[in-house]
Amino acid sequence: MGSAIPSLIGVIIATFLLSRALPGDPAVYFAGPAANAESVQQVRESLGLDKSVPEQFALYVWDLAHGSLGTSLTTGQPVADDLLQRLPASMELTFAALIVAIVVAVPLGVFAAVRPSSFVDHFCRGTVTVAAAFPTFFVALLLVYVFYYLLGWAPQPLGRIDEIYYVAPDTVTGFYLIDTLLAGDSESFRGALAQLVLPTISLALFALAPIARMTRASMLTALGSDFVRTARANGLSGATVLFTYGFRNALLSITNIMGMIFSFLLGSNVLIEQVFGWPGIGAYAVSAVIASDYAAVQGFILMMAVIYVLLNLVVDLLAGLIDPRVRFEG
Amino acid sequence: MTAPPLLKVDKLSLDFRTREGRVKALQDVSFHIDRGEILGIVGESGSGKSVSAFAIMGLLESTAEIGGGSVHFAGADLLADNGAAMRAMRGREISMIFQSPRTALNPIRKVGRQIEDVLRRHGPVTGHEAKKKAIEALERVRIPDSARRYDAYPFELSGGMCQRVMIAMALACRPMLLIADEPTTGLDVTTQAVVMDLIREMVDETRMGALLITHDLGLAGEYCDRIAVMHAGHTVEDAPTEVLLEKAAHPYSARLIAATPAAADEIADLGSIPGGLPDLRRQDLPYCRFRDRCDRRVEVCDAQPLPVTELTGSHLVRCWRPT
Amino acid sequence: MTLATFAKDTRHAFAENPLTLVAVVIFTLLLLCAILGPSLVPYDPLMTDSNARMVPPSWQHWFGTDHLGRDIFSRVVVAARLDLGMAVTAVAASFVIGTSLGAIAGYRGGFVDQLIGRVFDTIMAFPLFVLAMGIVAALGNSVVNIIIATAIINLPFYGRYARAEVNVRRDAAYVEAARMGGNGSVRILARHIVPNILPPMMVQASLNMGWAILNAAGLSFIGLGVRPPEAEWGIMVSEGASYIFSGEWWTFVFPGMALVLAVFCFNLLGDGLRDMIDPRRRT
Ligand SMILES: Nc1ncnc2c1ncn2[C@@H]1O[C@H](COP(=O)(O)OP(=O)(O)OP(=O)(O)O)[C@@H](O)[C@H]1O
Ligand SMILES: [Mg+2]
Repeated sequence: MGSAIPSLIGVIIATFLLSRALPGDPAVYFAGPAANAESVQQVRESLGLDKSVPEQFALYVWDLAHGSLGTSLTTGQPVADDLLQRLPASMELTFAALIVAIVVAVPLGVFAAVRPSSFVDHFCRGTVTVAAAFPTFFVALLLVYVFYYLLGWAPQPLGRIDEIYYVAPDTVTGFYLIDTLLAGDSESFRGALAQLVLPTISLALFALAPIARMTRASMLTALGSDFVRTARANGLSGATVLFTYGFRNALLSITNIMGMIFSFLLGSNVLIEQVFGWPGIGAYAVSAVIASDYAAVQGFILMMAVIYVLLNLVVDLLAGLIDPRVRFEG
Repeated sequence: MTAPPLLKVDKLSLDFRTREGRVKALQDVSFHIDRGEILGIVGESGSGKSVSAFAIMGLLESTAEIGGGSVHFAGADLLADNGAAMRAMRGREISMIFQSPRTALNPIRKVGRQIEDVLRRHGPVTGHEAKKKAIEALERVRIPDSARRYDAYPFELSGGMCQRVMIAMALACRPMLLIADEPTTGLDVTTQAVVMDLIREMVDETRMGALLITHDLGLAGEYCDRIAVMHAGHTVEDAPTEVLLEKAAHPYSARLIAATPAAADEIADLGSIPGGLPDLRRQDLPYCRFRDRCDRRVEVCDAQPLPVTELTGSHLVRCWRPT
Repeated sequence: MTLATFAKDTRHAFAENPLTLVAVVIFTLLLLCAILGPSLVPYDPLMTDSNARMVPPSWQHWFGTDHLGRDIFSRVVVAARLDLGMAVTAVAASFVIGTSLGAIAGYRGGFVDQLIGRVFDTIMAFPLFVLAMGIVAALGNSVVNIIIATAIINLPFYGRYARAEVNVRRDAAYVEAARMGGNGSVRILARHIVPNILPPMMVQASLNMGWAILNAAGLSFIGLGVRPPEAEWGIMVSEGASYIFSGEWWTFVFPGMALVLAVFCFNLLGDGLRDMIDPRRRT
């Protein structure tokens, strides 16, 4: 909790400074390539660029506090609306990848630690080293080539659901998997799931390596610790030693790298959305960058940073649940 | 013939397989413990004290290889026992406590819960009973306000308090044998005495046997009924405490005693015993592993295996020239 | 660490982990491509040939040709200079600046320390690739700005490490002695403290290289920085991606594999280097 507030303040200051770091006249930049003198002047006034820097900052914070991130040049909509509308798509993909990565990597790491130097251990370490070298966007393309073009198992990599065959569900949570289930439409659920599989795997693969590596290392440390020896000396069964004593302690180190994992996932998300025509905020931001739609880019960065800070906060809270020492310090 | 001892370790030999060859950690190690008795094992670092304890507990690493000998506990052959039976016995009939109690307890589990884990493992108890018994176990080791301490985490307790918790855990199922591997190392002198007094009391009260492993001959002299001296994987001498302290027959024991001025002082620094332990990886280890440091050496020491001689009244010594 | 023990550790590291040797070989190869690339390749990487569009891999064109008939093998080889160049420059910049900032923060303490620490914290408060996008968007879409962005997002790794290490050593006996000897702060830092923390920082730098390559390639994949027709692995993958639906796999697979090879090589080198410098940390 203690680090979330300063982080947010830092993020707000940094995004403000970034927007003022624009070479040349920020007003021209924010107004976009197609602007005329009049619209530039309009932008200058609305951003308060004719005022002093502290005043500009106050204005910026004021707008943020009112949920205003400016207006997108490309869509003509308020940036906040654009982002919120696309956010569920990105989050569904990110969380799906996170879950897949954890579900695969943690058991792998545990197994490798329980049987060090076994075939599984070597295999796991080998795969993890190789997987870490593959750029996410390249993996994504390879998967599309193999599973869509060659094998025809995967649907065309264009968006979250194939609207020709399926109906997109009514928005409740914005997560298609959940919304289709809520609507009781198992057809569309399968359609949405099929679209989600490849992007999820591509994204998860990159997060897999560090999680598996960390799980293995921290399990080895935990299993070699004094308290595990005590537990064994008291006859505790293998499962209790492994999970209650070993794994719970290892979880602490695993939560420690979750920040880095989220950083990976949120960043790579942008690339994956690009490959799969995924209508999320990453794809939105890329087109905004290319179109020099600066308000949209700035809103995107700010939103990503806030999500990242919040995710880290959740991890901190989880760590506190696991580790009494963290709880008592805080 | 008297009744068989509670624990009898007989001519136990044990090697570790390592990359640099076999480490002959134990050779013909013998000792026994009776009910209601504390046996001290003393010897400098690396002499094989902990390895002996782990061998009894069946907690050796997979690289360890028993070369011969036997370990009998209450009539059962522990080395022949399969894993499951041994696991069921650990914590219920034989328990072990370690040094550095703070790290020897799970840092993120309430100490009461850790005791409960042991209780649940070794007998069907309901949640409520388990908690009650865990608090009782804490009371038994004289932890004040034990109902509240049940909820404490190790980091909230002092080192001495943690050691008491470990003892409580070890004694929760009322075992017949307690092995304590340097239980007071790292504790201050007063706490040391408190912990040792507690172990002594428990032994007297429950008639269990105890094995106290220590560097500190002074401590062993104060609390043990008998003392076995180990050197480089050999038990070199085994005698009732007073006998050993007054009439040590093995040259190593004699030097140990000489290096322990006035009761309590650590012998970790054996400045007064010249030389060190031989390299246990050597293939041509001499019959007497003390020979290089010994001033009584004669030809027979190198020529023939050491005899174990019984001097007066259960005083055993493994040496060609005991005094 | 003496030279002799270092040599011994090096031999040991190779023997323990033969992959490090593989990495050294790949590294040499990459270096060769980066330095001599343009004079090694069979075709001009920018030369289009309307008669040889989309030719699959063959003896003439080992990696095939792209939609403009350019030889992909030549382009992949020549691109090594730009890709490695961007990564090396970025890592070198963040190494130097990050270490200096961290060292100053750790040595000075107090307000300077807090200020520099805040800057690092703020950088780390962003998902790093997203921040890099933002920096490129703000500074302008160019190769130099990609390098700057990559350098900035790497700063905290060096800065935080250097800060912690310097902070520990600030009051060490040998530093105290140097201070007594009348050395100024800068001199003490440069001569007595920083050299001691360099070896582990080099490991970090090597491990960072792979990541910097991925990062720069990722940015050009989404269309930032490098502009066509320049040969660069990320943009080549992105250009080739459009032909996936017609099955012309070679257009994106070869530049992609070049990326994989480079990143793999630096990751292995980093691991090997770590083993040499700190044999205890071998996993
Ligand atoms: N896992 C192992 N692999 C190889 N050798 C080992 C292993 N464990 C112990 N040894 C060797 O066995 C010998 C006895 O070790 P042990 O731990 O029993 O000594 P100790 O008497 O308990 O010493 P300390 O007082 O330091 O605890 C030592 O020479 C040690 O190097
Ligand atoms: Mg020991």
